[in-house]
Amino acid sequence: MESRQLTVDELAYLSDAVSRPKLIDGEEDFEKTTEVILDPITMPRAPKWWLIVLVGAVSGLLLYGVSVGYLFYEGTGVWGISHPVVWGYAIINLVWWIGIGHAGTLISAILFLARQRWRTSINRFAEAMTIFAVLCAVQFPLLHLGRPWYAYWFFPLPNQMGMWPNFRSPLLWDFFAFSTYFTISLMFWYVGLVPDLAVLRDRAKSKVKAMVYGFFALGWRGANRHWQNYERAYLILAGIATPLVLSVHSVVSFDFAVSQLPGWHTTIFPPYFVAGAIFSGFALVLTLMIIAREVYGFKQMVTIYHIDTMNKFLLATGTMVGYAYTMEFFIAWYSGNEYERFAFVNRAFGPYAWAYWTMFSCNVFVPQIFWFKKMRRHIAVTFVVSILVNIGMWFERFVIIVTSLHRDFLPANWSYYIPTWVDIATYVGTFGLFFTFFLLFLRYLPAIAISEIKGIMNKADPHYKGYTSSASSNR
Amino acid sequence: MKREASIFGMVAEFDNPHHLLEGAKAFSKAGYEKFETHSPFPIHGMDKAMGLKDSKLGWVVIISALLGGAGIFVLQAWAAVIAYPFIISGKPYLSTEAYIPATFEMIILSAGFAAVFGMFMLNKLPKFYHPLFKSKHFYKASSHGFFLSVEKEDTQFEPTKTRNFFTGLGAKNIEIIED
Repeated sequence: MESRQLTVDELAYLSDAVSRPKLIDGEEDFEKTTEVILDPITMPRAPKWWLIVLVGAVSGLLLYGVSVGYLFYEGTGVWGISHPVVWGYAIINLVWWIGIGHAGTLISAILFLARQRWRTSINRFAEAMTIFAVLCAVQFPLLHLGRPWYAYWFFPLPNQMGMWPNFRSPLLWDFFAFSTYFTISLMFWYVGLVPDLAVLRDRAKSKVKAMVYGFFALGWRGANRHWQNYERAYLILAGIATPLVLSVHSVVSFDFAVSQLPGWHTTIFPPYFVAGAIFSGFALVLTLMIIAREVYGFKQMVTIYHIDTMNKFLLATGTMVGYAYTMEFFIAWYSGNEYERFAFVNRAFGPYAWAYWTMFSCNVFVPQIFWFKKMRRHIAVTFVVSILVNIGMWFERFVIIVTSLHRDFLPANWSYYIPTWVDIATYVGTFGLFFTFFLLFLRYLPAIAISEIKGIMNKADPHYKGYTSSASSNR
Repeated sequence: MKREASIFGMVAEFDNPHHLLEGAKAFSKAGYEKFETHSPFPIHGMDKAMGLKDSKLGWVVIISALLGGAGIFVLQAWAAVIAYPFIISGKPYLSTEAYIPATFEMIILSAGFAAVFGMFMLNKLPKFYHPLFKSKHFYKASSHGFFLSVEKEDTQFEPTKTRNFFTGLGAKNIEIIED
C-alpha cells in the first residue's frame, strides 16, 4: 500500500469521527426523518402488538379502579399497614414512581444544559415517562389520606374553619414539590411538542386530525421570531427544572430525614435519594427504549452509543447508592447510638434480610458488569439489568420504610409487615395506568422530538458544505 | 388597487438552512424589515442575519419568579404567625427554614408559568388563522422546507421587484399570499 499525506478535509473528517460519536446513523434527510418518526402515528391501523398490550394495560387500569374503589368503600384497613408499620406499599410506591420520573427531567433538562446532544433521541420519550410516572406516584399520597376528598386541605385556601395548612410539615412540602414537579414537567413536555404538533397538523390526512393537532399546535409556523423566544423559554425551563429535579427527591427524603426514627434520621438522605431516583429512572428509560427501538425501527436515532452512555449512568449512580448504603452503616456504628446501630443490623440481618440483600445485589452488584464495554453495548444484558435495577430500587424503598418501622422502641410492638391483595392490586394497577397512557402517547404523539433531532444533524448547520449538487444547482 | 390591498405579502422557498440564512442576510441588507424566515428547527445565526434584538423573555421570568417566591413566603409567615398560630413539634411560629421548600417550589413554578405563557404571549400565539397557511407549499415549513415571507407593509415591498429579488437569491415556489 502506498503511503501519502492526508488532505485537510480527510484529517478533519477523521478527527471528527474519532472525537465525536455519530448521533444519527445512516443518511440524514429531513423529510425522511419526519416520516420515520411519524410512522407509528400515520399508519392507518395500530399494530397488533399495540392492541394486545393496550388490552393488558386497560385491564390493569380496571384492576386499579376496583382496588381503589374497595379502599374507598372500606377504608385504609384493607391495606397491610398497621402499628408499628404505618407506612407500607403506598409510600414505597410513591417514592418508587416519583424516582423513576427523575430520569426524564435529568435527560431533558440537565443534559440539555450540559450540551449533551445525544439526549435529543431519547428526551421526548423520557419526558413522557416522567409525566406518567409522576401521575402514578401522586395517586398514593391521595389514597393514603384515607379520606381523599379532603385533599384540597393541602391548598392554602381561606376556609370557613379559619384553618391554614401546617407549612412546617414535610408532608406539605411534598405537596408543593409534587404539584410543581408535575406542572413543570407537563409544560416542558408540551413546549417541546408544539413544533412537532405543527408537523402533525401539516401532514394530517383527515380534517378531524388536522383540527385536533392544529388546536394543540397553537398555529405554530416556525417563524424565526418565534424560535427566538421559544429557544429562550426552553433554556429557562431547563435551567429551572434542573434544581427542581434535585429538590423533589430531596423533599421526598425529608419525609424520612426530618423525623427522629433510627434508620430515617440521616443527613445523607437527600443526595442518596436523588442518585437512586436517577438510577431507577434511567433503568426504566432503557427498558422502554429498548422495546420501542426494536418494534418501531428507531435504531437509526437511538443508537448503540445511546445505550452505552445510559449504561454508564447506571453504573455511576448504582455505585453512588452503593456508597450510601455502606456509609449509612458506618455512620450508624460511628454515632455510638444503640438504637441507630440496632436499626441497621436488623436491616441487614433481621427478618427482612432477604429484602435487604435483594436490594443490595440488584442495585450495587449487578450494574458493576457495566465496567465492561461489551456488556454496556449488549442489548439483552442491558434489558435484563434495567429490570433488575428497578426491582432493586423498589426493594430499597421497601427496606428503608419497613425495616425502620417494624421493630420500634418497644419490643412488645414488634411485627412483620405483610401486604394484602389490595396493596398488590393497587401497585399492579398503577402499571395499567402508566402503560395505558404510554401506549396512547406512542400511537398519537411523536416519540422522538422531530424538530430537535433535525437540529443536531450536520445538514442543519448553516455552514454545512456537503449539500448535494442538485440543491446547489438551483442557485 | 383593490387587488393590492387584499394581499398579505409574498413567500418563497429556499433549498436548505444555508441558503435561507444567506437569503435573510440579503433581505436585511436590501433594507427589508417586515420579513420572516420559517424553518422546521431554529437555525444558528438567524437572529443576527435578520437583525433581531435579544428575546425579552428573561425579564418576564425573573419578575414572575421573585413575585411568586415572595408571595408564598409571606403567606406562610402570615398563616403560621398571625392567622392560625399553633405549636407543633416544638417549632417556632416563624420557622424560616421550614418555609424554604414551599418558597423554592413556588419560585420554580412561577418562573415556569412565566416562561411558557410569556413565550406564547410574546409570539402572539395561539393564532389559528394566518394567511401563510393558504400557501400551497408552506406545509413543508414544519418538516423540511425553508421559507422566507415578506409582508406587503414593508417599505421595500413591491411585487415585481421582490419577486425578482427572490429569484436572484435562488428561491423557488414564489407565491403571492392573499390576506
